[in-house]
Amino acid sequence: MQARHKSMKAFGEKLAIANEQLKVINQETAFPHFDEKYELVGEGFLKAGDIEIFQINLGKMCNQVCKHCHVDAGPDRKEIMTKETMQLCLDALSQTNIPTVDLTGGAPEMNPNFNWFVTEVKKLNRHIIVRSNLTILEANGFEDYPKFLADNEVEIVSSLPYYKASFTDKQRGEGVFGKSMAAMKKLNKLGYGKDESGLIFNLVYNPVGAFLPPSQTSLEKDYKRELQNKFGVVFNNLFTITNMPISRFLDYLIQTGNYEAYMQKLVDSFNPAAAANVMCKNTLSVSWDGQLYDCDFNQMLELNVNHGAPTHLEDFDAKKLKSRRIVTGQHCYGCTAGAGSSCGGAVV
Amino acid sequence: METYYNPKDLPKFAEMAEGAPELWKKFNEWYGAVFAEGALSEREKALIALAVSHAVQCPYCIDAYTEASLEKGADLEQMTEAVHVASAIRGGASLVHGVQMKNKNEKLTM
Repeated sequence: MQARHKSMKAFGEKLAIANEQLKVINQETAFPHFDEKYELVGEGFLKAGDIEIFQINLGKMCNQVCKHCHVDAGPDRKEIMTKETMQLCLDALSQTNIPTVDLTGGAPEMNPNFNWFVTEVKKLNRHIIVRSNLTILEANGFEDYPKFLADNEVEIVSSLPYYKASFTDKQRGEGVFGKSMAAMKKLNKLGYGKDESGLIFNLVYNPVGAFLPPSQTSLEKDYKRELQNKFGVVFNNLFTITNMPISRFLDYLIQTGNYEAYMQKLVDSFNPAAAANVMCKNTLSVSWDGQLYDCDFNQMLELNVNHGAPTHLEDFDAKKLKSRRIVTGQHCYGCTAGAGSSCGGAVV
Repeated sequence: METYYNPKDLPKFAEMAEGAPELWKKFNEWYGAVFAEGALSEREKALIALAVSHAVQCPYCIDAYTEASLEKGADLEQMTEAVHVASAIRGGASLVHGVQMKNKNEKLTM
């Protein structure tokens, strides 16, 4: 597959439309509906508990155009959270004791009000996570960001699909691995990834193709050894994440004739223990325009929270959101296969 | 076109339980234990299996252990080196028999 330089949306591709993706993944097939399979967990329908992670997508703009991106992010995407919507996030957070605020995108740093927002969230005394693609920290105009993040004790979570350039550049673009190593050195210099500093720096692995992730513990050892020995860089933990059959990865699966086999693998690998710990149980996902979702994947499929829960920040009500029934689809098999998958990696 | 090897047959492997379920059960338990993390990592074992798959030229095994190697964290470079190890042993195994040829030649010729 050729490298991408723009989003699917920019090219007017059919699968850039959420409804077209849903038609593919929810088509009538031999696969049992996810809700049926979830019954094996023994809890009835999938339901949320207390919100522990308030995940905010600050916009779809990104300096990279990764082949598997579930957001279809890229430099051409203009959807960016405004300061007014950020204020709604702060208002919602103020009403609650949600301990963690998880900032994602796109490249969240590309939001022009990123620094202001981080500073305001910090005043609320919440733990902040930024999902940084690393290369943005090497881009012109973003040189001061590593120090800003360190000063605010922000946890950084970054994708690095392999400990070598080959796989990484194949998925994320030519030269991404080299720039990522350069950014990691800067972060390490500030104390990130070093146990004694308290500055947390985690990496994310996701498969570069139509297969499931390796064991998180085993791969973390390989990453630590190879990155330390060959590039002199360190990090705290590795999270392994499964590719969701949506957006660009869905397009890849269809184009390469891997869709049926990949879905079959996800269904066959359904693990009730992983399903019992899916991230939507403790996460609320907020889009750039303030709408509420059960997870970032549902956000991209435009499947708002439902079953009586408020669907926009303007109507935020933590009590109504708690115990909400999660909106599910066949893509949910991506979070329940094998050791499971979440924004914090494997769940079992 | 009918062929002896069919990719759709691989998922039917478990049907080998029919006729000898106890033997299949024992095979599965042993097979599972062999590939579990031990003194060798699961990745190393998958790469050995991939190399052996090439040595015994089993198309089912090549498909299965290419996927397994990727799912245990290997990349194309590691998998290609593993295939070269199998090839080197196959090539070397032929070549080392040349010593037998030389011995026989020595005996038969002046």
